Amino acid sequence: MCGIIGVIDRRRECMNGSKIKEALSQMNERGSGEGAGYVAYGIYPEYKEYFALHIFFDNIRENKAALDTLLEKWGTIVHDEQIKTYEQHNIRKVHTPWRYFFRPDRSLMPKSITPDEDIVTHLVMKVNAAKNGALIFSSGKNLGVFKAAGWPEDVAEFYRIQDYKGYLWMGHNRYPTNTPGWWGGAHPFNLLNWSVVHNGEITSYGTNRRYIESYGYECTMYTDTEVVAYLFDLLVRKHGLSEKMAVRALAPPFWDEIDTMPEKERELNRAIRLTYGSAMMNGPYAICVANEHSLVGFTDRIKLRPLVTGELGDRVYISSEESAIRKLEPEVGKIAMPRAGEPVIGKVYV
Amino acid sequence: MTIGSVPLRFRVSIDPDRCMLCGRCVENCSYDVFRKDGDEIRINSRNCVACHRCLAFCPRDAIDIAEKPTDYRSHPLWTREIREAIFNQAKTGKIILSGMGNALPYPVIFDRLVLDACQVTNPSIDPLREPMELRTYLGKKPGQISLRETPNGDVELKTNLTPNLQIETPIMVAHMSYGAISLNAQLSLAKAVSRIGTFMGTGEGGLHEALYPYQQHMIVQVASGRFGVDINYLERGAAIEIKIGQGAKPGIGGHLPGEKVCADISCTRMIPEGSDAISPAPHHDIYSIEDLKQLVRSLKEATEWKKPVFVKIAAVHNSAAIAAGIARSSADAVVIDGFRGGTGAAPRVFRDHVGIPIEAAVASVDAKLRQQRIRNEVSIIASGGIRESADVAKVIALGADAVYIGTSALVAMGCRVCGTCYRGLCAWGIATQRPDLVARLNPDEASVQVENLIHGWTLELAELMGAAGINSIESLRGNRDRLRGYMLDEGMMKVLDVMPVGA
Repeated sequence: MCGIIGVIDRRRECMNGSKIKEALSQMNERGSGEGAGYVAYGIYPEYKEYFALHIFFDNIRENKAALDTLLEKWGTIVHDEQIKTYEQHNIRKVHTPWRYFFRPDRSLMPKSITPDEDIVTHLVMKVNAAKNGALIFSSGKNLGVFKAAGWPEDVAEFYRIQDYKGYLWMGHNRYPTNTPGWWGGAHPFNLLNWSVVHNGEITSYGTNRRYIESYGYECTMYTDTEVVAYLFDLLVRKHGLSEKMAVRALAPPFWDEIDTMPEKERELNRAIRLTYGSAMMNGPYAICVANEHSLVGFTDRIKLRPLVTGELGDRVYISSEESAIRKLEPEVGKIAMPRAGEPVIGKVYV
Repeated sequence: MTIGSVPLRFRVSIDPDRCMLCGRCVENCSYDVFRKDGDEIRINSRNCVACHRCLAFCPRDAIDIAEKPTDYRSHPLWTREIREAIFNQAKTGKIILSGMGNALPYPVIFDRLVLDACQVTNPSIDPLREPMELRTYLGKKPGQISLRETPNGDVELKTNLTPNLQIETPIMVAHMSYGAISLNAQLSLAKAVSRIGTFMGTGEGGLHEALYPYQQHMIVQVASGRFGVDINYLERGAAIEIKIGQGAKPGIGGHLPGEKVCADISCTRMIPEGSDAISPAPHHDIYSIEDLKQLVRSLKEATEWKKPVFVKIAAVHNSAAIAAGIARSSADAVVIDGFRGGTGAAPRVFRDHVGIPIEAAVASVDAKLRQQRIRNEVSIIASGGIRESADVAKVIALGADAVYIGTSALVAMGCRVCGTCYRGLCAWGIATQRPDLVARLNPDEASVQVENLIHGWTLELAELMGAAGINSIESLRGNRDRLRGYMLDEGMMKVLDVMPVGA
């Protein structure tokens, strides 16, 4: 099941996290109390130049020194601190969440055109694959993921997400089947500025994983969702596709439709399918993907999971349930249900 | 005569109570097993190859064929086959010829791999009610595409695609030459693939005029003998395939005996009538990978870069590295022929002992190409021992784009896998050039049977994909998560990159 929600203010007006907590709790029928999480963009304006790394440490004394050393080898730790948490009787604090603001030393990645991002990606893959009591679950600039095993309202209170102000929020209410109780398995998944919340199961995961791993990404989270973040990173950041075209590659039209398109469009869609066949995602899913500029929602090619959108003023809302959107904004208009595979994109004005 | 006769391979018997002396068995047997003698049918069981032609045409079910009626003293090491091979060579001093595919009882990896299906957490997809896409494009794909956004918001494609073959089902018919099989057999296959929207290979036998109407569905082969190759031939094919090796006989060439080179075959092969057609073991202009590249590019140049060029190799120990070399040669697809691949004639020692199974070869080739980030440069076509739709699904999940079927297609036309193709006496009119035997195969009927088979497999493949919650073949390709190994050893599972059942 799982319930997802996302909202973006296209003028970058900030919202605090209290409403998103209520909206996500509205979908508790879709969860099981074993995982919930939020991501907010725009929350670290004073450190916006640096990569904000959120880490789960199993044990500060044992695991932190090694990570410090690794980060200092690849750049500078501008600031680091424990992420404030507030005890909730429903949440067993099995990890200590920590945040670093990190500046990579780009001279260490001389051949890359995006050296900063490549260093951070490399660190995320390395640390998470090593499984040495540290997990980097958030690595973008001016954004942060907050997640744990528990009900949405408990996780929200645990981090007091109402104290953070962001112009783009996403939330996820989890009904786990694969890794219940593991904090790393809760959504959102994040890499650099990409965050993903996902309801469903990707039946093409094996194909997608083999494809993305040949580009140097490593899937370490025992779940199909992380592959979505990596695919977006590859298609949009590295291959330069627009978000719309990236969704076209991941959930393309059927050949029957393509065959009847006008020639130019047909050639374009054929090229996308031929090139990105291994990136195509199959199976039932509804997904929200965000980066610093946009919020994108889309479903699988035959819409086996629900997705509803709404709009009010500068804000675009995407969720599994209309009731959740209404909790966030009772006055919301333009409620719509996007067609299968059709992306809904909310993009900041500047 | 120190060796004398060996025990019969088959004992043929006729139930006199059922036999009505119609003589159909006498007419149909091309191996001279039956002879009519007054009111009796005499049987020479020693000539029987168990092609079942007599049995299939006996109106009264009077004929029985028993295999190995006489036992040797059993021994696990000195099997019957080993002993008989020794007798044979002691008498002749020659290389033993054999037909069809590998006949040793190696374990079949396909039969130790199981497929996945959806339950609860993700819905299976019903192909009767939802779209299910099996369309496949064979050829080079770009690693990434580049797009241009026009001022009015349209998106234009800047990347040029190289020609691909479009197939509506990932099943093609393998290269079987005119010579190895009859013209009627080739015609039957050609009619079937044209109707289905897939392709067949010509083999190294040229392209007979009778096949010109189907040329848009033919892949023309260029092998080491270059038989039948000229610009007319290259231009007629939808794609060109360079044959380096064959799964049934890796490392050696081919041999069509002169007796089979009749006037017609001499024309299509472009060799004198009655002369042996001997393809050398290597191509005499390919002694290294860069020579292959030159041949690939020459063929493309000759056909104005309009046709995909495939390269076929036998599955051998180092297939993965070889395929990586091929992927860099401008070739559009690599065909890998596993050690169970069939043949009209091959030395028994090669057929049974050289090469590796297709499952392992595809897995390692796909892995190597991905590791080197050149998987998009070539499609992978698997062949050699594909027996049913489940094999197709499994080999695609291991990383292949499509398959070639040879033996299965022949069986659909009546072949009983008797393995006597090399004698040219095929009673079914398939692996023979004798006009009276060839005439037994009616291309209109046989093509429907081949079409039915491919259609049936395609339906089953769609069902298997739907059950796995996949509605497009791209999402099955290389999806090894949807396979599990059952009673496979750890080393093998590592090569295949699959987990054991239950994991």
